[in-house]
Amino acid sequence: MYSEKVMNHFMNPHNVGVIEDPDGVGKEGNPICGDLMEIFIKVKDDRIVDIKFRTFGCGAAIATSSMATEMVKGKTIEEAMEITNKAVAEALDGLPPIKMHCSNLAADAIHAAIEDYLEKKRAKQPA
Amino acid sequence: MAKRTVYMDHAATTPVDPRVVEAMLPYFTEGYGNASSVYRLGQEARKAIDEARADVAQTLNCTPREIIFTGCGSESDNLAIRGIAFWNRDKGTHIITSSIEHHAVSHTCEQLEKHFGFQVTYLPVDKYGRVDPTDVEKAITEKTTLITIMYANNEVGTIEPIAEIGEIARAHKIPFHTDAIQAGGALDLDVEALNLDLLSLSAHKFYGPKGVGVLYLRRGVRLLPPQTGGAHELNRRAGTENVAGIVGLATALKLAQGHREENNRKLIALRDRLIEGVLSSMLDTQLTGHPKERLPNSASFTINYVEGEGLLLGLDMMGTAASSGSACTSASLEPSHVLLAMGIPPEVAHGSLRLTLGHENSDEDVDYLLEVLPGIVERLRSMSPLYTTAS
Ligand SMILES: Cc1ncc(COP(=O)(O)O)c(C=O)c1O
Ligand code: FES
Repeated sequence: MYSEKVMNHFMNPHNVGVIEDPDGVGKEGNPICGDLMEIFIKVKDDRIVDIKFRTFGCGAAIATSSMATEMVKGKTIEEAMEITNKAVAEALDGLPPIKMHCSNLAADAIHAAIEDYLEKKRAKQPA
Repeated sequence: MAKRTVYMDHAATTPVDPRVVEAMLPYFTEGYGNASSVYRLGQEARKAIDEARADVAQTLNCTPREIIFTGCGSESDNLAIRGIAFWNRDKGTHIITSSIEHHAVSHTCEQLEKHFGFQVTYLPVDKYGRVDPTDVEKAITEKTTLITIMYANNEVGTIEPIAEIGEIARAHKIPFHTDAIQAGGALDLDVEALNLDLLSLSAHKFYGPKGVGVLYLRRGVRLLPPQTGGAHELNRRAGTENVAGIVGLATALKLAQGHREENNRKLIALRDRLIEGVLSSMLDTQLTGHPKERLPNSASFTINYVEGEGLLLGLDMMGTAASSGSACTSASLEPSHVLLAMGIPPEVAHGSLRLTLGHENSDEDVDYLLEVLPGIVERLRSMSPLYTTAS
């Protein structure tokens, strides 16, 4: 049912964990099946220098978390904002149709983490 | 540790016993006749079916005429429910069932409700998944024409108080059907002792072939067959008989019911060691289903903070086949209705794991499972945002 790439990322996911002192945090819940994802980012000069995730979900959810975080690591905030669930699914050689919704979780959580970072940055700036 | 192939999903299906295959083989090649034909080849097929029917009847303690061969367990359930419901439509349109039935029963009832104007009562269960017979009695109305409650649950292994429910049904003169598909080969199938009017079986759950089932229908109980055509199965199920399949079913049932006691002793010993081992090797892990009144081969759990599909994929990588009722593993992306009906919250149902044993399983298989499972759970928990919040 899953591609070899999905299984590899599921068995050996990249970027698992938490960042103790993150610059941005994104949390997303999957309204369809009730799964959860958290993304932590560290940003330097508007570039994502570190990223970690934790996911409670199916094999596709874990594999897309791994792939999505890998894809935006080292990217600028602007570049990272452009990541889509479709791009993540394609990078994994596709997902079964019923599992496409799982890939939304990763892209959405990354977007949320970046927005959190931008929010905090704005708050720090003098009015 | 050496990787090992371990099949622990016998509630899904079982391998066909080689003795069953051997009994079936002649009916594909030399004995291919149509049992309705008058010439010798046809009559040989007829004889094989008659013998199979007599064997099944003996196991069920009924007469051969009360046995209907079908195309699978789902078909048996459909024939029973639709058949009884439509035959009695002028008398009433109320059906009583439970909230933990297999979809072959529950979706059939739902369709009658949605599209044909029937009323269905879905009885609740306790935390072990047991129906209370007094609830059955309370749900009966003048319009009730069918009670259908499963014998043993496929997800959590809980055995239902069928004989008691049957007694109530009989007192009210309402036909009583049980889906005994998980009970075949494991529990007593005496339709008299169990007070049954209809009972469904499926061969592939007791080391027989896929695609063949049985419906027992008590003499005098009438139904309107949903599948019409030729006069096969005494006008109750049209279609040229699957001779090899029917012979396979009868052979498998005879073997399974004949060696039931000794097989169960072995399975219960393995099952209890498996349950004990899983619960003691991991924290935040619960047994689902009844601790005692459960199928001899069934061990089912909820493992907190992890999701079932991840467990299954992890086990598969280690060569082990298992099953789960989690939302992510279901085609509907909803957690198992059985676990929800037992009061298990959706997020806990997420971590459900079902291990169902069979004849080929050994102590070494149980040891292997107990060796690999905690590592798989630990890995998934370490990735789970729920785990650290909780600990
Ligand atoms: C309790 C129960 N009922 C019905 C069925 C359906 O049987 P079949 O697969 O033969 O259609 C199954 C198994 O899949 C089952 O476990
Ligand atoms: S996260 Fe539930 S199906 Fe993928």
